[in-house]
Amino acid sequence: MLKVTISDLNLYYEEFHALKNISLDIEDKEVTALIGPSGCGKSTFLRTINRMNDLIDDVKIEGLVMLEDQDIYNKDVDVAALRRRVGMVFQKPNPFLKSIYENVAYGPRRYGIKAKNQLDEIVERSLKKAAIWEEVEDRLNKPALSLSGGQQQRLCIARALAMEPEVLLMDEPTASLDPIATGRIEELISQLKKDYAIIIVTHSMQQAARISDKTAFFLMGEIVETGKTKEVFTTPKDKRTEDYITGRFG
Amino acid sequence: MGKKFKEKFAFTILALITMCVIIPALFIFSYIIYNGIGTISLEFIFGSPTKGMTEGGIFPAIIGTMSLIVGTIVFALPLGVGTAIYLVEYAKKNVLTKLISLAILNLAGVPSVVYGLFGLGLFVLLLGFGSSILSGSLTLSCLILPIIIKSSEAAIKSVPNIYREASLALGATKWQTIYKIVLPAAMPGIITGAILGIGRAAGETAAILLTVAAFFLPRLPDSIMDQAMVLSYHLYIISSQVPGMPDAIKNGTALVLLGVVGIFFFAATVIRIKYKLANRA
Repeated sequence: MLKVTISDLNLYYEEFHALKNISLDIEDKEVTALIGPSGCGKSTFLRTINRMNDLIDDVKIEGLVMLEDQDIYNKDVDVAALRRRVGMVFQKPNPFLKSIYENVAYGPRRYGIKAKNQLDEIVERSLKKAAIWEEVEDRLNKPALSLSGGQQQRLCIARALAMEPEVLLMDEPTASLDPIATGRIEELISQLKKDYAIIIVTHSMQQAARISDKTAFFLMGEIVETGKTKEVFTTPKDKRTEDYITGRFG
Repeated sequence: MGKKFKEKFAFTILALITMCVIIPALFIFSYIIYNGIGTISLEFIFGSPTKGMTEGGIFPAIIGTMSLIVGTIVFALPLGVGTAIYLVEYAKKNVLTKLISLAILNLAGVPSVVYGLFGLGLFVLLLGFGSSILSGSLTLSCLILPIIIKSSEAAIKSVPNIYREASLALGATKWQTIYKIVLPAAMPGIITGAILGIGRAAGETAAILLTVAAFFLPRLPDSIMDQAMVLSYHLYIISSQVPGMPDAIKNGTALVLLGVVGIFFFAATVIRIKYKLANRA
């Protein structure tokens, strides 16, 4: 089932044409990896799907981004409501300066959930889904910053899951983590894709190959090639894709 | 000259400069404490001045100063923090915003007697608040607003953007993000600004001279619309306007003023630490 459909998307920062005619279909319950060299626009593209680019002045966006049957750039769209449906995990773990519990409960609280037992339930369920419950269940009121980097990142995933999103955007979620923590996050992503459409930006081609079902290769603001990850990596159609994945540039 | 020597040299110079700042301050403190401590008694603190202020206590002035500090913070803190939030989070970064920022900075350099005249014109006369604690508090608020705004601005700016993004990405509104994430994280810095403001307001004489301070009023003010004696102004009077004033009373009054400011500093510091701990939790 198609979850997100992007067609003819163009994005300009003032004069700079950062995304050029991007069209991409995101399947539900699959991992879509966005790969490409630094500055190719993959993070910018990711941020068009939950409208995080709205925060930057002088950005102009053309084209269509459909979340199921909703045009998310329609002027009647409630951006806060959209972001509850499209969760995001950032490159650097960024838990709030609050307790583990309050980090996870933050989203639901803003959404208007106040009942303690309801919040307890959401916190436990989200932490379990993010595979960190066992490590934190006896210290939920401890500062989130007392966790290791990898744990913090899983906490951030739990925090995003607490909103019960449909799509999960991940912007290089393992870029600042060691190999063991990275392994755990990758394992988690493979679990999560049973329930969510996941779009992940990654610098690591091995990571894309390991965890994604589909891959889109970005270069200079364009999608050069997109397809099943296996095919993109074994039989790339475009010479530039081949050069990139064989490590000839990037 | 070796690198090590250069570093040692620079360090020594900096240490000396620091000493030049700290030693006079310490000297003043010790001088006031040494000479004033003998005057401090229950009667001095809780009594009213008698015999042309040469005897008795200074309770009305203590209450006057405390009311002014509280009044000033009540007006200046919300207004200053609100302005800082607007400037950092909402205002477009253009020439107008820069001009406003510059104007605020310049306000910090305006002599306090000018604020006094402004307060006299606006609050005392035009708005008809008369010479009162209300007029004095509002005037002092204007005086310390630049300090509060600038320090709040710096504190809010120093909250990393990744927290704002995380909150917004969870579907929080901009105001929720500011209120729940940015302000608590910025609070220690904001309170530091408030502490500086309190110190400034408590010691101020020129700005309150025309807006609230009574020369001699040996009773407690009965409302915020009443005039009041104020420690700083009282100290000025007994040091320069009343002949034959015993030194002990001057030093005692100075010590009490320090003490009152100290109490507010202490309270603010407790709140500051509370927020710091909460930010870690």
